[in-house]
Amino acid sequence: MKRKTSAVIKEHKELAKGVYSIILETLLAIEAEPGQFAGVYLRDGSRILMRPISVCDAAGRELRMVYRTAGSGTEELSTYKAGEELEILGMLGKGYDISKLKDKRVLVLGGGIGIPPMLYLAKELKKVGTDVKAVLGYADDQTFLKKDFEAVCDTYVASMDGSTGTKGTVMDAIKENGLEADVLCACGPMPMLKAVKEYAKEHDMEAYISLEERMACGVGACLGCVTKTVKEDPHTHVNNTRICMEGPVFDAKEVEI
Amino acid sequence: MNIGVKIAGVEFKNPVMTASGTFGSGMEYAEMVDLNRLGAVVTKGVAAKAWEGNPTPRVTEVYGGMLNAIGLQNPGVDVFIERDLKFLEDYDTNVIVNVCGHTVEEYCEVVEKLNGTKVSMYEINVSCPNVKEGALAFGQDAKVLEETTKAIKKIAKKPVIMKLSPNVTSIKDMAKAAEAGGADAISLINTLIGMKIDIYKKKFVLANKTGGFSGPAVKPVAVRMVYEAAHAVKIPVIGMGGISTAEDALEFILAGATGVSVGTANFSDPETTLKVIDGMQQYMLKYGVDDINSLIGAVG
Ligand SMILES: Cc1cc2nc3c(=O)[nH]c(=O)nc-3n(C[C@H](O)[C@H](O)[C@H](O)COP(=O)(O)OP(=O)(O)OC[C@H]3O[C@@H](n4cnc5c(N)ncnc54)[C@H](O)[C@@H]3O)c2cc1C
Ligand SMILES: Cc1cc2nc3c(=O)[nH]c(=O)nc-3n(C[C@H](O)[C@H](O)[C@H](O)COP(=O)(O)O)c2cc1C
Ligand code: FES
Repeated sequence: MKRKTSAVIKEHKELAKGVYSIILETLLAIEAEPGQFAGVYLRDGSRILMRPISVCDAAGRELRMVYRTAGSGTEELSTYKAGEELEILGMLGKGYDISKLKDKRVLVLGGGIGIPPMLYLAKELKKVGTDVKAVLGYADDQTFLKKDFEAVCDTYVASMDGSTGTKGTVMDAIKENGLEADVLCACGPMPMLKAVKEYAKEHDMEAYISLEERMACGVGACLGCVTKTVKEDPHTHVNNTRICMEGPVFDAKEVEI
Repeated sequence: MNIGVKIAGVEFKNPVMTASGTFGSGMEYAEMVDLNRLGAVVTKGVAAKAWEGNPTPRVTEVYGGMLNAIGLQNPGVDVFIERDLKFLEDYDTNVIVNVCGHTVEEYCEVVEKLNGTKVSMYEINVSCPNVKEGALAFGQDAKVLEETTKAIKKIAKKPVIMKLSPNVTSIKDMAKAAEAGGADAISLINTLIGMKIDIYKKKFVLANKTGGFSGPAVKPVAVRMVYEAAHAVKIPVIGMGGISTAEDALEFILAGATGVSVGTANFSDPETTLKVIDGMQQYMLKYGVDDINSLIGAVG
């Protein structure tokens, strides 16, 4: 059940420059599915809206999120200490349908700060015996979470500056390593998601992508966070659907990006 | 202790309602908020046909508030009656439907279709700043507002609340115009027109350039306008704009509001409405207020 709740920060540390890992103790962890996100509230009362952050991992009562400081809100968050409380709204959005992916060959693709949510997906797929491989795209050699992925599945790396792995993007790494799959699951910057959508179309593959948009409510009430869809959306019956409800994970064929 | 109020003949179990557009049709929040406890659920604006709304980004945070330019995305009145109203029928609360349109005919079409339903009241949104043709135009000219109110009143079979825009020179004149047109009540404030610029990209943050400003930061403006409007007319006033605590709500009531709506604060805490109701009762207990009605307009 969705709710706003107070979680306790168990661990909070910097993984790479400006990239933080926060582990929360909360019962919401039990409900968390790969691809879902939580809304993080800040203490500074002038910051009234939650910050949407994806689930990076969940086990028992522990919920892990990994975020990049992108502005004043996430800067404030990065100063919070272990032992303190954090207000969150969760679990939000519709995640991945594991049963649909289970018996396929899956490539999980993460680009930049789109890498964290793919860890939980890779783990859950591995758990049910899926043939899953990860391809991670970084800017440079600050390869946060790489070891976590390597502990789960075969992991390939690309970096834009060529300092580690394939020089270029995750798409370059797929080509260089001759990786084949039935399904692509991707989270990352828009150009990457567009490339994934295109690649899947060319190769007649399935693709699921996680979209981002500015949010106010996170629960489908404000209609702030829509994306253009091919078919009529279930809420308004127009071609605009709510990322916080019908997403953030979408079948790439069904959204116009 | 009585916290019930009456607006245009409709009984409210308490004065607290949701502000249009911030609570969906109640469905979206029902798993977190017991809708039965609310004075009313005020729905998102509904038009005659489905509206796509504006391009994104549609929302952004600003200091102590937010800007929105949703552009009234809505499924149209037919889907709304079939789905949203059906859902709300199971709850023991008033349902106030917020109505939007590009033309007077469109407002009337929606009202006509809703006449046969169990809706308690209509709230006519003549004040949305985010839609190009119409909407705000009806709410910024006193003469047009009066005529629009008259046209809707002619066909409405439920009490009509005219929702006023704060983006006017004289809120008193607008309140009087709504009253002269036969409005049963007025509600205010809708959002103030704002803008945010991304100094690094040198671009507007919202695709629509401007957006409606709401949230805690607008409260002093809203309280002043509710006070002025309430003293200009005899019909009841529903006050809103930045309410996030019981103390905020009480300010509006003392300024002259009979009902109060919680909007943007639902995003900060989905249970805000319930906390406002509880807090009001605590205030009344502590300060020996037997009837909430004795506080309405009691400032001075
Ligand atoms: C579904 C979803 C999942 C996300 N998961 C992660 C994650 O796992 N890790 C991570 O680092 N980031 C994630 N983001 C992006 C993250 O929400 C923003 O970086 C963050 O909100 C920025 O807040 P700020 O106060 O630091 O920035 P500011 O620019 O000061 O924020 C101002 C306002 O804009 C909003 N905003 C700014 N950038 C974004 C953005 N990219 N997306 C949505 N809203 C934004 C903020 O929420 C806030 O309301 C996710 C976004 C979405 C929509
Ligand atoms: C996201 C959003 C959507 C809104 N949609 C509507 C609407 O459809 N119709 C309407 O009359 N007012 C709409 N409003 C205005 C609110 O009902 C309210 O008048 C205003 O936000 C001030 O109250 P607040 O500060 O408590 O939010 C909207 C406000 C927000 C923030
Ligand atoms: S953030 Fe409000 S509908 Fe998605």
